[in-house]
Amino acid sequence: MRFEFSTLWLRRLPFCLGALAMLSFFPGCTKRQTLVEAGDHDQILHIGNGTEPQELDPDIVTGVQEYHIIMSLLEGLVTEDPVDLHPVPGVAERWDISPDRKVYTFHLRANAKWSNGDPVTAQDFWESYKRILTPSLGSEYSYMHFVVKNAEAYNTGKITDFSQVGYKVIDDHTLQITLNNSTPYFLSLLTHQSWYPVNIRTVAKYGDPYLRGNKWTRPGHYVGNGAFVLAKWRVNDVIEVRKSPTNWDRDRVRLNAIRFYPIDNEDTEERAFRAGQLHITETLPLSKIDYYKANYPGLLKIGPYLGTYFYRVNVTKPPLNDKRVRKALAMAIDRGSIVTNVMKGGQLPAYNLVPPGTAGYTSRTHLEENIAEAKRLLAEAGYPGGKGLPTIELLYNTSEAHRTIAEAIQQMWRTRLGVNAQLVNQEWKVYLDSQRTLNYQVCRGSWIGDYVDPNSFLDMWLTGGGNNETGWSNPEYDRLIAQAAATADPAGRLEVFQKAEAILMDEMPEIPIYFYTRVYLKRPEVKGWYPTLLDNHPYKYVYLESEKK
Amino acid sequence: MTAEFPTTTQHAGEIEPGHSLWQDAWYRLRKNKMAVIGAIFIALLTLASFLAPLIAPNSYEKIDLALAASPPSHAHWLGTDSLGRDLLSRILYGGRISLSVGLAATLVSVIIGVLYGAISGYLGGRVDVVLMRIVDIIYSLPFVIFVILITVVFGRNIILLFMAIGAVSWLDMARIVRGQVMSLKKQEFIEAARSLGLRKRRIILRHMIPNVMGTVVIYSTLIVPSVMLLEAFLSFLGLGVQAPMSSWGTLINDGAKSVEEYPWLLIFPSLFFSTTLFSLNFLGDGLRDALDVRSSKD
Amino acid sequence: MLRFIFKRVLEAIPVLLIVATLTFLLLKIMPGGPFDTEKVTTPEIKKQIESYYGLDKPVWKQYVDYMDRLIFHGDLGPSYKYFGWSVNELLAGSLPISLELGCYGLAFALVFGLIAGIIASLRKNTAGDYVPMSIATLGICIPSFVTGPLLILLFALKLRWFNTSGWYFPRDRVLPAITLGLYYMAYISRLTRGGMLEILNQDFIRTARAKGASEWRVIWKHSLRGGLLSVVSFLGPAISGIITGSLVVETIFQIPGAARFFVMAAFNLDGPMLMGTTLVFAVLIIVMNLLVDIAQVWLNPRLRFEE
Repeated sequence: MRFEFSTLWLRRLPFCLGALAMLSFFPGCTKRQTLVEAGDHDQILHIGNGTEPQELDPDIVTGVQEYHIIMSLLEGLVTEDPVDLHPVPGVAERWDISPDRKVYTFHLRANAKWSNGDPVTAQDFWESYKRILTPSLGSEYSYMHFVVKNAEAYNTGKITDFSQVGYKVIDDHTLQITLNNSTPYFLSLLTHQSWYPVNIRTVAKYGDPYLRGNKWTRPGHYVGNGAFVLAKWRVNDVIEVRKSPTNWDRDRVRLNAIRFYPIDNEDTEERAFRAGQLHITETLPLSKIDYYKANYPGLLKIGPYLGTYFYRVNVTKPPLNDKRVRKALAMAIDRGSIVTNVMKGGQLPAYNLVPPGTAGYTSRTHLEENIAEAKRLLAEAGYPGGKGLPTIELLYNTSEAHRTIAEAIQQMWRTRLGVNAQLVNQEWKVYLDSQRTLNYQVCRGSWIGDYVDPNSFLDMWLTGGGNNETGWSNPEYDRLIAQAAATADPAGRLEVFQKAEAILMDEMPEIPIYFYTRVYLKRPEVKGWYPTLLDNHPYKYVYLESEKK
Repeated sequence: MTAEFPTTTQHAGEIEPGHSLWQDAWYRLRKNKMAVIGAIFIALLTLASFLAPLIAPNSYEKIDLALAASPPSHAHWLGTDSLGRDLLSRILYGGRISLSVGLAATLVSVIIGVLYGAISGYLGGRVDVVLMRIVDIIYSLPFVIFVILITVVFGRNIILLFMAIGAVSWLDMARIVRGQVMSLKKQEFIEAARSLGLRKRRIILRHMIPNVMGTVVIYSTLIVPSVMLLEAFLSFLGLGVQAPMSSWGTLINDGAKSVEEYPWLLIFPSLFFSTTLFSLNFLGDGLRDALDVRSSKD
Repeated sequence: MLRFIFKRVLEAIPVLLIVATLTFLLLKIMPGGPFDTEKVTTPEIKKQIESYYGLDKPVWKQYVDYMDRLIFHGDLGPSYKYFGWSVNELLAGSLPISLELGCYGLAFALVFGLIAGIIASLRKNTAGDYVPMSIATLGICIPSFVTGPLLILLFALKLRWFNTSGWYFPRDRVLPAITLGLYYMAYISRLTRGGMLEILNQDFIRTARAKGASEWRVIWKHSLRGGLLSVVSFLGPAISGIITGSLVVETIFQIPGAARFFVMAAFNLDGPMLMGTTLVFAVLIIVMNLLVDIAQVWLNPRLRFEE
C-alpha cells in the first residue's frame, strides 16, 4: 500500500511540473514595457544596423554599417551639420585656407579630449594619417587621402619618408595640410571616417599599430574622442555605446546610450520594429512599403541618398564591346516602371550617372528610353531583332530587390528587343570576385558617394581605376577628369564634368537604372534626425522625446 | 469484411491458391485508406506538374508589373506575385522542379546507398568495417554546410543541386541495405549461388539487390520528403533554383516574407508542398506496414 | 561500460583529424579570401593582407601550421570576415547559446512528442489517435522557416506575448524552441506510438492488465522502456538535424548562436570560421552519438552482450 501511494504522486508529478513550466512562460496579465518605451524614458536609442560590423577600426573598414557605429565613437577635425551636412567645426574650432586653396591650417580646440582624459593634439592626427597611409596596414580607404601632397606616393611605397607627405604639425593645436590641387570638396572629405583620429598610444598597447589583428577596438580598450564610448560588443547580438564624459561637446549630447542591433534579415528587422524593439530600422522589405504608406505613413521615412544603381557592362568581350549594343540595352529599359512598381520607395529613374543636384551639378546628358532607336542601333550593330545575339548573362548578388529588378529587365529586353538574358545569382563574395576579375557580361552594381561631389562618381571610371571593373578605357575621359581636379574655378570645374559625363553616357560602360533613396522606419519620438544626402546622422544632435504625456 | 481471397471455409476441399509476398502486401496496402489517398494525390500532382506546359494558364515568367501582387481573381485563379506573374502557373512549373529534384536526388541517393550498402554487407570483414567507418565519419558531419558551400562556390546549377542533395542523403539507405544484405547472406539461395561459382559481382547485382528492393522502395518514399525539405531549406538561404524559374521551395520562401500583405503567396504553394509531403509520408507508412510482415501496428 | 566509452573516444580521434584535414583542403579549393570588399584594393595592399594571414606560404606549410595550432594550442585561427576576432572568441560566445537552444528544442520535442505518442498509442484508431498524429505529420511537412514567422506573427506581434527576435529574456527561448523542435516532436510522437503499440500488443501486457494493474503502471513500468527504444535510436540523427535546424531558427529569430556563424562562414567564404565550426559541430555530434549509444545500451540490456 505504501508503495502504491508513493507512485501515485510520482505519476502525477510530471504533469504538475509540466503545467508549472508552461505557466511560467505564460505572460499572464502583466503589460510588458517594450524596449522602445523603456528607451524613451532612459534616453537609450535602439537602432537596427544591418550586418554585423567587421571591425570598429576606422582605418581598416569600408562598410556603411561600421561607419554608423564608428561615427559615434570618433570625431574628426570637421564634423557635419545635422540638417544639410555642411562642414562645421569638430575637433578643429576654426581653419585658415590659403589663397590658392591648397594649404589648410586647422586650429584645434584646447578642450578636446580622448575618452581616457588625454588631450587631442595635432600630433594625434598626424599619427593617424600616417597609420592609414602605411602600406602594411592595407587600408582600403587610403585613397581618400590622395588629394594630399605625396600621400599616394607614400601609400604605394614610392616614398618611405612620411615627413614628405603634406601633413605638418605646427604645434600641439595646429595642423597644416597641403593638397595637390585646390579641392573644393576637401572640407566635406574631412568628415569621412578615413580622416578620423585614432589614439596611437592605445593602438600600440595592444599590438603593432601598422598591422591588422590588433585588439584595441574591444570594449574596455577602445579609446575615442567622439560623443560616445564603446560599452559593449557582443558579436551578432548588440553593440552598445554610452555617452562620453570627456567629449568637449558633451553638454549638447542628450542621449545616454545607443544600442546597435546587427539584424541582417530585413523581415526580422521589420517585425522587431513593429514589436517595439527598435526605434529606427536600417531598411524596409519591398513588400511592406505599400503597407506602411497606407497605414502608418508617419513611421515610413523616404529620404534622399547620394547613390546610383546601375548595371556594369564588361566591354572587353563581344558582343558587348560594341557600344551600340550597350546603348540599345540601356534604351530598352523602362526605368519608370521599375521605380514605381518594383522599388516603390520614391527612387528616381536615372538617365545619367551622377545624381542631380550633387554639389550644384546636374548633368545635361539624358539617356532617352527610345525603343525604336534601340532596335535601330541593335540592327546597325548586326543583330536585327536580336537575331544572332548570343544569350547575355546578367549577374547579381543575392537580394530580393536585385532579383526582382533583374527579372523585370530580362523581360523588357526580351519583349522589346528580342534579346535573351540569363540570370545568374551569386553570393556577395563570389559576386565581388567575378566583378573584379571581369568574369561577367552584365552585372548589377551601385555606387554611394563618399563625399558630396560629382568627382566621387566620375573618377572611378578612369583607365585602370580599381572601382572601374568594366575594362573600359578612354584617354579623353581620363584627361578631362584630371583637368577637373586641377580647375580652381568651381563653375568651370563643373563644366569639365559635364563633358566627361557626356563621354561616359555615350560609351555606356555602365547602364544607370535609378537614383537611390533611403527607405526605412523611424519612430516619431526620435528627434534631431534629419534626412541627409549621405545618410549621416550625427548622434550628438539626436534625442528622444515622447509624444504622449 | 469482404474476403477477396478464397478461404478454407468457403471452398473446403479445394487447394487454396498461394499468395506471394507481393500480393499480400498489395492487398494490405489497398486496405490502408490513407496510403491510397496519398498515392492518388501524388500521382495527380506529379501529372499536373509534368503536364504544366500544356495545362498552365499562363507563362510562369511573364511579368505584368501593373498586376503586381493581386489576390485570386477570375484571370488568375491563385493570384499573382510581386511581379504580376500568375501564381498557379508558377506553382505548376515549380512542382516540376521540386518533384524532379526530389526524384533525381532520391535516385542518386538510392543508387549510391544501395551499391555501397550491398558491397559493404556482402563483402563483410575488413572492407565492411572500413566502409562503415567512412559512413560514420560522414554521418558526424553537418553535411548540409558542404551543400551550401558547393552551391555558393559553383553556382546555382540544378544538376549540381540534386547531385549535392543526393550525395548527403544516402547514408541511411546504405546502412539499411547493408543490414538487409547481411541477413540475406546467410540464406540458402545465396549459398547455392556461391557454390555454383558465381562471381561476387553477379551475386550482388543479380541476387542481393533485387531482394532488397522492397525495403529500398519503402525508404525511398521517405527520402523524397526530406530531400524536398532540404531543397526548400536551400531556397530559404537564397540558394534555390535560379530565377526566374521557381520551385515550391522558393515560392514558399518568398511567400513567407509577405505573408501579412499577400497571404495567398504563402498559402497556395505551402498547400501543394505539404500535401505532397503528407501523401508521401502516408504512402511510405502504408508501404512499410504492407511489406513488413513483422510489424503489428494494426 | 568504461571500456566501451574509451574505445569510442579513441575511434573518434582519427575521425576528427580526417575532418580537420578535409575542411582544410576544401578551404584551399574555395575561391575568395580575407580581402574581398566592394571598394577595391591595390595589389600591394592585397599582398600585405595575404602575408598577415600566412597565405603566402606554400600549402603544405600552411597545413602544418594549421594542424599545429589546432592540436597543441586549440587555436582555430583568425576569422577572415570579422578580422578583429579569432574564431575561438566568436565560438566561445555563441556556442553556449546554440547548445541552449538545441537543448530546449530537443526538450520540447521529447516531452510533447512522447506525450502525444503515448496518448495516441493508447487511444489507437480513435480521434485521440488521428488528431495528434495528423498534427504531428503537419510538423514534418511544413518547413520551419514557415512555422517560425507564423508563430512570431501570432504570438509575438498579434498577442504581444513575446519578443519577435533576440535572446535577452527567458521568454525569448520559447518560440525558437518550439519552431526548432516541431519537426522532431512530430517524428518522436510517431516513433513513440509505433514503439508503444509494438509492446502493448504483446501478451505480457494483456496479462498485466488482466491482473488488475492500473493503466499508469502498464505504461510507466512496462511499455515505456520499449517505446523509448526506437526514440533513442532516432536521437542520433535528430541531434544532427537540430544543428541544421538551428541555422534557420537562429536566422529568423536573430539569435547569436554558432549555427549562424556556420552558415555565414559558408556564404562569406570565411575559411577559418568554416573549419572551426565544422570541427566543433563534428565533436558535438560524436559526443552526442556516444551518449545516445550509452542510453541505448542502458535501455536495452540485450545490447550489452552483443558487440
